[in-house]
Amino acid sequence: MAEAVLRAPRRETPSAAVRHVRRNWVPYLLLAPGLIWLLIFFAVPTLSLASQSLQTGDVDNGFVLTWHWQTYTDALSSYWSQLLRSLVYAGVATLLTLLFGYPLAWFIAHRSGRWKNFLLVLVIAPFFTSFLIRTLAWQTILGDSGLLVDLTQLTHTTFLLDGFKAVLRALGLIANDQLLFSPFAVISGLTYNFLPFMVLPLYANLERLDLRLTEAAADLYASPLETFRRVIWPLSLPGVVAGTLLTFIPATGDYINSVLLGSTQTTMIGQVIDGQFLRVLDYPTAAALSFVLMALIISVVVVYVRRAGTEELV
Amino acid sequence: MSWIRRNLVVIVGLVVMVYVLLPNLVVIAYSFNKPNGRFNFQFTQFSFDAWTNACGTPGICDSLVLSLQIGVVASLVATVLGTMVAFALGRHRFRGRAATNLLIFLPMATPEVVMGSSLLTLFIALGVPSGRTTILIAHIMFCLSFVVVTVKARVASLDPRLEEAAADLYASPAQTFIKVTFPLVAPGIAAGALLAFSLSFDDYIITNFNASPSSVTFPMYVWGAAQRGVPVQINVIGSIMFLGSLAIVAIGQLISSRRTKVA
Repeated sequence: MAEAVLRAPRRETPSAAVRHVRRNWVPYLLLAPGLIWLLIFFAVPTLSLASQSLQTGDVDNGFVLTWHWQTYTDALSSYWSQLLRSLVYAGVATLLTLLFGYPLAWFIAHRSGRWKNFLLVLVIAPFFTSFLIRTLAWQTILGDSGLLVDLTQLTHTTFLLDGFKAVLRALGLIANDQLLFSPFAVISGLTYNFLPFMVLPLYANLERLDLRLTEAAADLYASPLETFRRVIWPLSLPGVVAGTLLTFIPATGDYINSVLLGSTQTTMIGQVIDGQFLRVLDYPTAAALSFVLMALIISVVVVYVRRAGTEELV
Repeated sequence: MSWIRRNLVVIVGLVVMVYVLLPNLVVIAYSFNKPNGRFNFQFTQFSFDAWTNACGTPGICDSLVLSLQIGVVASLVATVLGTMVAFALGRHRFRGRAATNLLIFLPMATPEVVMGSSLLTLFIALGVPSGRTTILIAHIMFCLSFVVVTVKARVASLDPRLEEAAADLYASPAQTFIKVTFPLVAPGIAAGALLAFSLSFDDYIITNFNASPSSVTFPMYVWGAAQRGVPVQINVIGSIMFLGSLAIVAIGQLISSRRTKVA
């Protein structure tokens, strides 16, 4: 493999001067180690997963490739609800991170003055505290006798919490009186955990936005709402696309939030794949589900990127 | 009323900021707790016990050391390989550029559970036993793309005239690289390395697929504890990580601001 990569440029310039040939070798030499690593440990495993999904057998007697497509239909009919739930939860969480992240990114980019760097660090800092520990902290906050309940009791505002719960119950996001171990808790966790992935690309985009454009819009009698809709939003679209992708993709496959903050009613597809692989040891089903998940994400992303009109992905 | 309208974005931004930081503050506050049961949910009594005995729970510091080791090695290797790829992409025209970009982008667009499970199928097929080596291989793989993207941005923003000036002043290509190019790209490389370290250190899903019972990383330890009972020491380590990273950034900021003042 490496030899083929390295030999390619020489065929292009057989008669060039020695120095020129050496210069053309340089990019391939630089690329080789990294790309070979990705080929062996990313591309080949993906193919091996594809082959695994069409094999039959069991762990003790080994697996044989039998082109058993039925694994896919069986897996889909058993786990379509978890797949759908993953897409819905991740989609809702992505919308919420956009809703929360946009004002925050704008605030840091244009209204924070000399606090800008400090606030940026505070947004990134949670990255350096374990994802799992922070998710566990939400158990402490949302629990039945948790921080939120204590706080509302202390300030005599339990009616606010009760009202909030009534809204969530009406939306079907909590089943009974419990905030924790519900769809609400899982979606909150996803929103919280992936918020920095939304804020950073948005910030990078909004920071470059020329504020004189909004002044020009105002001079031309645009209301603030219109200025946002017709000037700011279209210009920030690349940041929005990057942020939503960076949030949606990992959120769909995530199962840390649904395990730690959810119940058996909130199982996401990642959890099923993990269980099939590591506990049930049904490798073909797990591989098929992985593939379906990847195909679903790629098709959602492609449709979305086309819709948003930006072909540039990263 | 008009004051509220004018500063609405600031108010909302600050509220979201509180939302971002709340769990970290809870982690710090509950690290001083002395809970009654095995779980650290209710604040019962203020105590320094967990702080004075941070390694008090069996296995916790071993897992921390393992995660640090893997994080350092994985981020170093990923940074070297990724920087090389970034230079090739940022500096050279060559055939297969589009394919290279795709191969770099795909790991970032693949859910962790798919990457973890596919790597496991490969290791099973090859008969490679899971352990530290397989974790390390996996971590280098998923950190690489992030390093490439970070460093590439820095290489692309570099002014080519600076290198031309060095060449005009009779610097050899090697001298130009060491004295001009590398120092200018270094912040990007450092950012990539830091990102790789934090990704590796924090990863649970991919690690869990490629680990063995004798190679428990810190996130795996926390995961296990979440089912059995969470020792307060986990909060202590979480607090140290949060405050420590803030301190490192603050020191870095001080040094760089002093340097710009001198220059």
